[in-house]
Amino acid sequence: MRIAVTGLGATTPIGGDVASNWSALIEGRSGIRTLTEEWVPDMTVHFAGTLAEEPPLDRVEARKLDRSQQVALVAAREAWADAGSPEVDPLRMGAVIGSGIGGFITLLNAYDTLKERGPSRISPHTVPMLMPSGPAAVVGLEFHAAAGVHAPVSACASGAEAIAVGARMIEDGRADVVLAGGTESPIHQLTMAGFAAMRALSTRNDDPQGASRPYDVDRDGFVMGEGAGVLVLESEDHARARGARIYAYVVGAGMTADAHHIAQPDPEGRGAARAIRAAMRQADVAPADVAHINAHATSTPQGDLAEAVAIRGALGDAQPLVTGTKSMTGHMLGAAGAVEGIYTVLALHHRAVPPTLNLHTQDPEIDLDVVHGGVRALPDGDLIALNNSFGFGGHDVAIAFRSA
Amino acid sequence: MSQEILDGLAVIVNEVAGVPVADIQPDKSFIDDLDIDSLSMVEVVMAAEDKWGVKIPDSEVKNLVTVGDAVAYIQKSTA
Repeated sequence: MRIAVTGLGATTPIGGDVASNWSALIEGRSGIRTLTEEWVPDMTVHFAGTLAEEPPLDRVEARKLDRSQQVALVAAREAWADAGSPEVDPLRMGAVIGSGIGGFITLLNAYDTLKERGPSRISPHTVPMLMPSGPAAVVGLEFHAAAGVHAPVSACASGAEAIAVGARMIEDGRADVVLAGGTESPIHQLTMAGFAAMRALSTRNDDPQGASRPYDVDRDGFVMGEGAGVLVLESEDHARARGARIYAYVVGAGMTADAHHIAQPDPEGRGAARAIRAAMRQADVAPADVAHINAHATSTPQGDLAEAVAIRGALGDAQPLVTGTKSMTGHMLGAAGAVEGIYTVLALHHRAVPPTLNLHTQDPEIDLDVVHGGVRALPDGDLIALNNSFGFGGHDVAIAFRSA
Repeated sequence: MSQEILDGLAVIVNEVAGVPVADIQPDKSFIDDLDIDSLSMVEVVMAAEDKWGVKIPDSEVKNLVTVGDAVAYIQKSTA
């Protein structure tokens, strides 16, 4: 597999576009903030990664879109412009936008309306706004994606699965160009309560920006974040024919499952290791060829350890430069895999691996070369980088990228 | 024709679909001139029902082709 990445778009807690995301990553700037909503004091967790910039949509457009659709559109528009807004035959154009939860805030608001004002007051936009395929649908509509529109839903692996499915559409000859990514707008009292009930969230309320600390010995859970990331994937022939700038290539995608537990990772990381091996096999590369891994690294005690075990299992003695960018963005759930796919592409493009924030004392059980304290350079030449994404339910996705 | 109802309806259509208030004139067709799709038309009807305390059944909505048709229907229902 060799699918060109020709456009990038992202809106996250650390920046409203790709350029500001990259500067924040290089400078090691956190996007985590204390929440100010009226329900916050009742919660065990008082902070999250909220968007650095509100979606710049006009009022009429915004009112018909769930926030998860709004941020997906913002990222897709940036990616498309970044790719040079190519002319593409709609029959050769696809869209694959994943989400972990979809438009549940729309659902909850509509339920309030139903109870307070009755069924005749439910907005006709309710269903298109709440369906998990809603973000994929609006992106597909705007960019005339008639070859196919798909919405992978695999919890926190959704965004990475979207890249895999999008690359597959091109590999299978169904499309020449695909907008692929993930989106999530999960910040709400209900989700915060639900994840807190699982004891999955960091409760470091006195130090929100120090809370997401992948691989640190004192990590105590993940930090929720919102955002979206979209990549323009393109067949190499199509990209070359129009003289497109190519950032990197998608050269492999591994998708497996733990079949172990609904929330806990397999402590031996077997499913994750199989996904990494599958991505490397499809890319036709050996462990020593892998220069960099943007790890899933959510900052949960069990998850980070299981991933480290999986990387060791798949890579043996090879020690690529590993980073955990959720230390800055928080965990954007279904958007995470797509945004971190973009970060992985940027690392190859700029030959620089951003640091993992808040890593003060690396967990001695974690045998990885984790970049922290500053940027580490990647060498010149042909490089392979991996992006791992895992999700509740045991979803394991690894994407292999090759430098351009 | 009630100018008050026309003005109120114009505010609603502007709110729902972003059409400039000045363009919302009695002879304009919701679908052909103002680009109001079927879902947005449901929203316009719901907002009009709330504003004027009237009931506009689905069987009537299809007869409300122009803004003037809607103003006349609301005027008749509130008379």
